[in-house]
Amino acid sequence: MSINLKDELYRGVVTENPIFRIVLGMCPTLATSTSATNAFGMGISVIAVLICSNMVISMLRNIIPGKVRIPAFIVVIATFVTVVDLLIAAFLPSLYEALGIFIPLIVVNCIILGRAEAYAAKNPVLPSIIDGLVMGIGFTASLTLLGSMREFLSSGMIFGYLIAPFKHQFILMILAPGAFITLGLTLAFINFLQSKES
Amino acid sequence: MLSSLLSLLIVSAIFNNVIMAQFLGTCPFLGVSKSIETASGMGLAVIFVMVLANIITYFVQALLVWANVAYLQTLAFILVIAALVQMVEIILKKISPGLYKALGIYLPLITTNCAVLGIALLAVKKNYSLIESIVYSFATALGFLIAIVLFAGVREQLRFSKIPRSMEGFPIALITTGIMALAFMGFAGFKLPF
Repeated sequence: MSINLKDELYRGVVTENPIFRIVLGMCPTLATSTSATNAFGMGISVIAVLICSNMVISMLRNIIPGKVRIPAFIVVIATFVTVVDLLIAAFLPSLYEALGIFIPLIVVNCIILGRAEAYAAKNPVLPSIIDGLVMGIGFTASLTLLGSMREFLSSGMIFGYLIAPFKHQFILMILAPGAFITLGLTLAFINFLQSKES
Repeated sequence: MLSSLLSLLIVSAIFNNVIMAQFLGTCPFLGVSKSIETASGMGLAVIFVMVLANIITYFVQALLVWANVAYLQTLAFILVIAALVQMVEIILKKISPGLYKALGIYLPLITTNCAVLGIALLAVKKNYSLIESIVYSFATALGFLIAIVLFAGVREQLRFSKIPRSMEGFPIALITTGIMALAFMGFAGFKLPF
């Protein structure tokens, strides 16, 4: 079975984009897109957990009885989340401070359990790893896009670099209402593009 | 003591609302808010489970600390919550079919509600005592109920308004929530009289 990496990537980032197309995992999307850096950090953590959990679940797919598969998946996912949580706490304390409760909450992120159930539980190891990677990239790319937009609109910066020195700061964009409104308008824009296409 | 608990109640339910300010539990908030009836059912189920979960995780945390394996917190909490939800479902079915009928379909959905795990973890992080933890979880869940019922009310009206094609569904729901969050921000800086 050969896998076309380019097609897979297109699937993860465009046709099955976890945030914009399937609209899964709203809570971390809204909460961690306050800046491009936070969003990217969250995205990378999710990629790490997604690849590892997809790999292990795919290896165990013939061993785990069907009836207890969901609790078994959750145990696997929670193990990797704990690993990532401890690693970030040890090596990236400022990111740990910014993401806070949302790192342990990767456990209940629908994207991860969703991929485990929909893909890793039915496919061999290598395709599952690639599925985790491309879905993770799709998640990271969309999250970083949202984070950049909010950071730019609020302070004129992206990734902490000054792009446009605004006279006034639009603080609302990094606060809660800004998160909902940015995501709402982005989804509407994507729907609009889609309706133009067809 | 009593006044500090009362202020914890008001702050967690309104000022620091779980949806509007903390982004926890957004999925059921957007998913089960088509009508006021289902929204209030979901809200009541969340109050029930969240308070129970916080009581149990309080003791689980004490046990983990005693056994010197506090790093297993996330794993232990999610398993306890998942088991709790299953048990509540089975017990309700036996002893109170009426309540089960009202809350039943919402219970399985609550396992994936990140607010339940989130609030349990936050209560531990904030070092709350058992009573504080109960008040905190009750108030937070009450805040969820208030937010989802208010939102369902708006959404019922939205059905009768003309909305641009590409804004239908999630986009308009998110923007409505954003405007509601803006209203909730008005509480920021409000001083309690006690």
